[in-house]
Amino acid sequence: MNDSTNKTLITMEGVTKFFGPFQALKNINLKVRKGEKIVVCGPSGSGKSTLIRCINRLEKHNEGQILIDGKELTDQVKDINAVRREVGMVFQSFNLFPHMTILKNLMLAQQLVRKISKTEAKDTAIKYLERVKIPEQAEKYPIQLSGGQQQRVAIARALCMKPKIMLFDEPTSALDPEMINEVLEVMVDLAKEGMTMICVTHEMGFARSVADRVIFMDMGEIIEEAPPKEFFNNPQNTRTRNFLSQILSH
Amino acid sequence: MSFDLHLIVESLPVMMMGLGITIKLLIISGVLGLVLAIFLLLMRISGKWYLNFPAQMYIYVFRGTPILVQIFIVYYGLPQFEVVRDSVFWPILREPTGCAILALSLNTGAYVSEILRGGVLGVSKGLLEAGSALGMSAYHKFVYITAPIATRLALPAYSNDVISLLKSTALASTITIADMTGIARTIVADTYAPYEIFISLAIVYLIFTFGIQKLFGLIERYLGRYTIREQPHE
Repeated sequence: MNDSTNKTLITMEGVTKFFGPFQALKNINLKVRKGEKIVVCGPSGSGKSTLIRCINRLEKHNEGQILIDGKELTDQVKDINAVRREVGMVFQSFNLFPHMTILKNLMLAQQLVRKISKTEAKDTAIKYLERVKIPEQAEKYPIQLSGGQQQRVAIARALCMKPKIMLFDEPTSALDPEMINEVLEVMVDLAKEGMTMICVTHEMGFARSVADRVIFMDMGEIIEEAPPKEFFNNPQNTRTRNFLSQILSH
Repeated sequence: MSFDLHLIVESLPVMMMGLGITIKLLIISGVLGLVLAIFLLLMRISGKWYLNFPAQMYIYVFRGTPILVQIFIVYYGLPQFEVVRDSVFWPILREPTGCAILALSLNTGAYVSEILRGGVLGVSKGLLEAGSALGMSAYHKFVYITAPIATRLALPAYSNDVISLLKSTALASTITIADMTGIARTIVADTYAPYEIFISLAIVYLIFTFGIQKLFGLIERYLGRYTIREQPHE
């Protein structure tokens, strides 16, 4: 731990989000410091995906303020892309570009967005493929990989951009059970290296071992926010208790 | 009534002299139509009503009227305007071939733009979100994600339109062009043997269509190479 650990990377103040008449986020206040790992959980439709999608503006918030590393998210396209470069995202459905090889998937944004040379982009790509332990798949197309492998490639693709923050939107929900661990292992490694992470997940084991704070959301609100030990052993809110009893009961 | 094989053998080579014009009409209108279609597509998906609306009107008009009527309007109608006769396009529009190419291009462009739009709509939203999340610009997302995937998705319907265009070129014979159909009609007028001539003409078109189908089959296989699981994973 060093001094920069205290720097706030993400600030959300009074953030609301509507989808038509439906309010998906209600007065969200959240601060994430550099190096923190946040796990967001909650029942389906509680707004957890919307919350992290607001952080890289895949969803535009309606009210309130969001600051990413000091930059406010507004409608300025240039600013948005500058912020998105620094915020990696991993999706539930992997979203690898199907028409490109794994290597090209990892190189594309480096070259287009970071303006990095082809050789350097390739070196970086291979380095991260090795980190997620599938360098031998470099020349294959996404469809030729298993779900777990595809998700690891998706993580590597995000890491190639050297982001300051990583967002995970239910990264293991679309995976067969036997592939969940290989993805979680990569995420645990990343957490150990000090990456700032926000993970929407129902993997409570991961939350216990990695998270600095666990956030519970319901009906668009942050209901409870606590370190994992407190969160699991002594949840304050009835809704949190109900939720935990449901997902931990078997 | 007997079927005169000898007549077929004699007239086939003559009809084939029109093959060049048929191919010329097909390729030039096909390419110009495709370029037009891409412009119309970009207008349609621009999200700007003042681009979208004219493109929509254009497509409505050219899909909503018979191509034969469009050919007649270009061929008989345009030269009535002095502006057209004085314009730089006159040397092209003076010729029936130029008129046919113009009408065929305008028509096929309307259809193909909708085919391409179908492909664009078929590109999964998640892929574009992934592009956005990586900081890619709208232009980069279109060129590197949307366009290649949409091309593959649109290809089967597009090949259909190319075949349709091939058959539409036969309508050029109505404005004095000596394409295969034009020549066939002349022979029929001379010989009064419509069965032999038109059936052999039909067979020539069938062979041509077969070639186009095969060509697009190859392109489809190439563009679809990433959709096949070569090595099944464990």
